[in-house]
Amino acid sequence: MTLNIAYEYDKVVKQILHEKLTELGLDFHLPNSSEISINSHLDKQQEDKLKKTLSKYAIEIIENPKVALVNTIKSSINQWIAMDAVNGKENISDYLSKQLNYSYSHLSQTFSEVTHTSIESFIILKKIDLAKNLLIENTLTLTEIAYRLDYSGVAHLSRQFKKSTGLTPSSFQAIMAKRQKQSQ
Amino acid sequence: MEIMKVVLADDDADDRLLFQEAIEEVKINTHLTLFKDGESLIKYLLDRDTTLPEIVFLDLKMPKKDGFQCLETIRSHSKLKDLVVAIYSTSSSEEDIEQTFIKGANIYINKPNRFKDLKQLIAKVMKINWQYHTSALNKDNFLLRI
Repeated sequence: MTLNIAYEYDKVVKQILHEKLTELGLDFHLPNSSEISINSHLDKQQEDKLKKTLSKYAIEIIENPKVALVNTIKSSINQWIAMDAVNGKENISDYLSKQLNYSYSHLSQTFSEVTHTSIESFIILKKIDLAKNLLIENTLTLTEIAYRLDYSGVAHLSRQFKKSTGLTPSSFQAIMAKRQKQSQ
Repeated sequence: MEIMKVVLADDDADDRLLFQEAIEEVKINTHLTLFKDGESLIKYLLDRDTTLPEIVFLDLKMPKKDGFQCLETIRSHSKLKDLVVAIYSTSSSEEDIEQTFIKGANIYINKPNRFKDLKQLIAKVMKINWQYHTSALNKDNFLLRI
């Protein structure tokens, strides 16, 4: 007999953490699925035990918390970009601080410190990256791409594309098509 | 913070020196290795003991093996084909630019005249390159002209 299962990743992680941390007798709370906040100091022995327990579930403690936070910010940004923009969406600062439970200034400061880039520049880079993929696929018009990526219009997208890559969308598309042809 | 490995092949001694000074001022930690021609660069990249760099800067006009030839070698070699390649040239010919992109260059840089511009430009390239190495961006589409 085969049973099909569905699960929610966040809830699974939180439940495992809750059970295991309780077993270890720790005073903690879980602000989100990528952080554990412990209200006392862990000694070396306790820390090793915690790591060992969690490693069974492939849960790893990231040593540099700033790098960990940046990774969480990046995945939230990706989700935000992918969100449907038809009904207008929350601005990124509200979205991130709500998702991650930190003030936007703390998030943006950590992000710049670790990546040498601001959150805003990263969003542009990411959106232009998506625009490039769509241009290569060549199934959508530039107007449709601009709409999908939440630009006010083709001019806005083209301007940001040129600023970010030094190329216009059409010359990028032409170069990539020639490159593909040559490698065949 | 991680150190980013960078190599530059350029036959002009002054250009190498300026590049070195400029990259030292960028906030990202870098380790730069310099070459005077394409042949020694390729030899170095193919050496078994070499840890591959995060980015290769190539002058176009060089003795022995020029930038175009190096680019072709890099893109056709299984060990090297995923390297990020930046062309670093005095040529602003549209044909050179298009040809290098088609042959697989990621970045095309016109050597600027002022040191201040060079610093800014290298900082920009290194920051974007850093993002390409640490985020889920599509490296195959990485084209930048500055």
